[in-house]
Amino acid sequence: MSTDTAARPVRRFESLLRARELGIAIVIVLVVAITAVRNSNFLDAQSVQQLLSGAALIALLSVGETMVIITRNVDLSVGSTVGLSAYVFGDLFKYQHISVVAGFAVGIVLGAVVGAVNGLVTTVLRVPSLVVTLAMLYVIRGVDGMIVNGHTIDPTAIPHAFTEVGYRTLFGVPWLAIIVIVVVAVAGYAMRSFRASRDLYAIGSNPEAAALAGIPAGRRVFTAFVISGTLAGLAGALFLALHAQVDNSGGIGYELAVVAAVVVGGVAIFGGSGTVVGAALGALLLNTINQALVASKVSSFWNMAVAGGLLLAAIAFDRWLSLRVARGLKSARGVHRDV
Amino acid sequence: MTSDMATRARHSPGDEGTDTAGRRARWRSAARWEVGLVVVLIGVLVFGAGESSTFVDPTTFFYLGINIGYIAIMALPMTLIVMTGEIDLSVASMLGLSGSVLGVLWHHGWSFVPAVVVALLVGALGGALNGILVAKAGLPSIAVTIGTLTLFRGLAEILLGSLTVPAAGDRQFPAALTNIGVAPIPGTQLSYTTVIFLVLAVVCGVVLHATPLGRAMHAVGLQPEAAQFSGIRVRRIKFWLYVVSGVVCAFAGMLLTLQNSSVSYSAGTGLELNVVAIVLFGGVSIFGGRGTVVGVVLSVAIFGALQMALTQLNVQPEIQNIITGALLLISVVVPNGGEAIGRLRERIKRK
Amino acid sequence: MTTPSDTNARLVLTNATKSFVTVRALADGSITLYPGEAHALLGENGAGKSTLVKILAGVYRPDGGELRIDDTPVEFNGPAAARAAGVSIIYQEPTLFPDLTVAENIFTGRQRLGTFRRIDRRAMNLDANEIFARLGVRLDPEQPARGLSVADQQIVEIAKALSFNSQVLVMDEPTAALTTVEVERLFEVMRTLRSHGTAVLFISHRLDEVFASCQRVTVMRDGRFVRTEPIEKVTVDDVIHSMVGRDLATLFPKTATVAGEPVLEVENLCTAGVFDNISLTVRRGEIVALAGLVGAGRSEVARAIFGIDRRDSGSVRVNGRTLPNGDPLAAMAAGVALVPEDRRQQGLVMAMGVDQNVALASIRRLARFGLVRRASERRLASNWSARLRIKSGRVRDAVATLSGGNQQKVVLAKWLARDPSLLIIDEPTRGIDVGTKAEVHRILDGLVGDGLAILMISSELPEVLGMADRVLVLREGRLTGSFSRADADETTIMRAATGQHAGAVA
Repeated sequence: MSTDTAARPVRRFESLLRARELGIAIVIVLVVAITAVRNSNFLDAQSVQQLLSGAALIALLSVGETMVIITRNVDLSVGSTVGLSAYVFGDLFKYQHISVVAGFAVGIVLGAVVGAVNGLVTTVLRVPSLVVTLAMLYVIRGVDGMIVNGHTIDPTAIPHAFTEVGYRTLFGVPWLAIIVIVVVAVAGYAMRSFRASRDLYAIGSNPEAAALAGIPAGRRVFTAFVISGTLAGLAGALFLALHAQVDNSGGIGYELAVVAAVVVGGVAIFGGSGTVVGAALGALLLNTINQALVASKVSSFWNMAVAGGLLLAAIAFDRWLSLRVARGLKSARGVHRDV
Repeated sequence: MTSDMATRARHSPGDEGTDTAGRRARWRSAARWEVGLVVVLIGVLVFGAGESSTFVDPTTFFYLGINIGYIAIMALPMTLIVMTGEIDLSVASMLGLSGSVLGVLWHHGWSFVPAVVVALLVGALGGALNGILVAKAGLPSIAVTIGTLTLFRGLAEILLGSLTVPAAGDRQFPAALTNIGVAPIPGTQLSYTTVIFLVLAVVCGVVLHATPLGRAMHAVGLQPEAAQFSGIRVRRIKFWLYVVSGVVCAFAGMLLTLQNSSVSYSAGTGLELNVVAIVLFGGVSIFGGRGTVVGVVLSVAIFGALQMALTQLNVQPEIQNIITGALLLISVVVPNGGEAIGRLRERIKRK
Repeated sequence: MTTPSDTNARLVLTNATKSFVTVRALADGSITLYPGEAHALLGENGAGKSTLVKILAGVYRPDGGELRIDDTPVEFNGPAAARAAGVSIIYQEPTLFPDLTVAENIFTGRQRLGTFRRIDRRAMNLDANEIFARLGVRLDPEQPARGLSVADQQIVEIAKALSFNSQVLVMDEPTAALTTVEVERLFEVMRTLRSHGTAVLFISHRLDEVFASCQRVTVMRDGRFVRTEPIEKVTVDDVIHSMVGRDLATLFPKTATVAGEPVLEVENLCTAGVFDNISLTVRRGEIVALAGLVGAGRSEVARAIFGIDRRDSGSVRVNGRTLPNGDPLAAMAAGVALVPEDRRQQGLVMAMGVDQNVALASIRRLARFGLVRRASERRLASNWSARLRIKSGRVRDAVATLSGGNQQKVVLAKWLARDPSLLIIDEPTRGIDVGTKAEVHRILDGLVGDGLAILMISSELPEVLGMADRVLVLREGRLTGSFSRADADETTIMRAATGQHAGAVA
């Protein structure tokens, strides 16, 4: 039948998408292998842990960012939210001696509030999310700066038990990484399995059709922003655990790293497609390359340039891929034009 | 024959204003926006003067020019790019990259003029990279320029590393030129950067509002497909705008280097967001096709004056950040707010 | 007309009216649908078919009139309500989610749930397969909608409607973009649906299809119901006469002209998958119509001639000069003008004023010392406004505030301001009220009398027959017919357009 031959190139496309995640994983393994050849220390337990924990925070942020980007929005405020959450957490530790659990709660709630504001302004006031989250980035940096007021939270102020999260391992895997892996796995599963998350894809794929189908776009997008903010708050708490210190520069530049990770991980910047697993792997890849450069004695000065080049390559590759698929489909369909 | 609904369904999400009332309201608000900016500017000046007797003072104006001049210069090509519906987030990184190029060449003994030429060339090349990816390959400009933002800054870091030029043993930059950071134009109290900015602003304004190219840019921002069908070379215009942006930002990098008499790779980190904030607050629509250079000039003045006033009051830079963010929000909420209220009313009516 | 309380009918719409700000879209919309029937809604552009159908689908709320479903009055406050009541509409351009699978597209928001309210993909896919079986088609529920052909997307839309247990299925020009094989499959599906009691209403211009597959037809004209008849009781000419309802001559004031030198010479134009081996000539003072069904590739040919799209091979010569490939500016410089198919997206910048739109293609000519003044734009626009009788507020009002007919005149003005030697006009009177339609035709006629060469693409047979000196017919990218004004008639053109009988190729 006319549909069958058209189905074949299309199925290839879909499995290509799934293959994206596999592809990134393979590249990571390749990079590690190549670097290990030049520097055998790279495969050390400590080095591998560095790979995982270095990527952990960005990977965590990329889960929320993926959800937002899928709906054709963007959240540029995550970096400053991390900084604020980390500092507030540390401050409360130091001066109020709150418990670790309470500290986490504060960080998470803080992030959720930020996310809620982003979500409200974007959906109710219909302000482009680029502008909203950009403005929030400024505002939060400012608030953070005011609260920090030139101080620093240093390691002595933080309970040992807490910072253990930053370097303790379970079967060689850092706790930090385990937490993030769990979040990614849960989120990845949820994105495939619940109606509300499929709605996110629908909204990004075709907003008009989504409205026609009665999908509550406002509510869904709002939720995506709240999740993004919440995860940023959580990442702030983990930041403190990992680095054991924070001043007013915590999280600077994270938002750009997250967007880079997400795009490299196969999430379309125009929305509608991509997975959180892919995004998290993208974060891992970027960090792995960073560490690989260090291990290969390439000066760390190259990190940024490589990250930038990689991001550009990822965007171009995605576009080339979709063009190629479209052309393939066109010729497959063309066969059915009656002569 | 296609049904009308299908045509409507093909409209992009940013196309809200195709209903007649909405469009009329927006047009009227264009002129209103500039008037509002003037009011705000006066307010800021009054506020500043009230708090400090030295505020409305030629020296203050001079330092305002120094502080914000180079950022303002970058805001001009950004205005044109945003008008065509795109964005360039790599502006501050190009500033840093061109400064780094100048610095590394100077460090290696090049004379000044050739080094500047090379730096400007690098600006053109960087802009061309953006242009090829966005205009020719059709990639989304926000993602591309985040990539080039990282790439350019990274290249700057590779070139200069942790060096600050002039380093120990280097010549100093030509005194006659670094003078621009210290002294105003003889006979006036204006800084060189202020004058350069104003001249460029006039050129930009004339091009945007009174030339065929400017008309074309408006059309490209409002409805690129219709522009193409009218014979406008959409891709060529966007490409060259990015090249111009690269060169202008490289030039701004030169100015900054001379003002400070030194350069490091991290010059201007994070400033791209300031530039975007200035442009949007100046009334230029993020969707493209709407805005004036006058508005951007006023916005520059407001941001600069606010910064000066707050600095004189010893207000922390953090609060300035908050204010920048708030202004940015206001610049988009106000035009959209009216529509949002209208929508709320409709929804209540329907229930 | 049937009485309002016809208890056998599934759906009865009586005397519906609908007006928009300036336009009376529907003055008397009435239709009755019985279970299991295939019913065609016929009428020219602007007859009100689209509006009526959108009222049925809940997209518009009628200003007046009554809608009864299963003999109960209903009022829909949105498409969701209509769907819930069993009325589904399928638009010509399917609105699917390209990134979701076929099954997800069918069941958006209603996916089958398993434990813990998670989506049960297996069950969902089974449900989808079940619907496809019911329709008698085979599609893979797991494939992304992005890859589907228009015909397959339509099937998905029908499946979606079925999943809502729709009793009434409304389709807007469903066969416009389909190949013959796909049309056959669609009619098979429709037959299956009808055997289950679903009523199918479709808007169509393909009279041969209508006569081959429908039980009843309803004709509308000028926003009003004209008649409903069982198909056996009418002929094609009958129906056309009801649709047009007036003497063709007055609608199409065609003055005889003498064709002069060739202005446009196209040879062997080819673009893979779009059109093949197109050769045509348009001379000064003549109107050549490019007829055919929607999707035949006519607009693509026009765009390739003008240079918006690059062609794979072939040559285009204007006034003897060969045009470079893919260069609209060169075409414009050579004297070619293109009034595109989509007025709102391609023809006009909706947010700009009448003056700026009219001046948009001539800005470089208006410039003095590189500068353009608003005043000169306004002057140009005022001149042309007067000449073409464009009704607008002020010349600087946004074109979005104008009616469709006046908007089309603005597009015309924009191009006529360049004094072209060749005007390519794609669907000159689509979506325009009848009065302005006649005006546009008169304008075109006048232009041709002054020596302009016009290549006119039109899906409206009466327009083609009334205006053209020569008619070329395109089907699936190939020229299948070439007729002089004297030889052209409904039947020959339709046959060449649908491929039922090969016509003589030029």
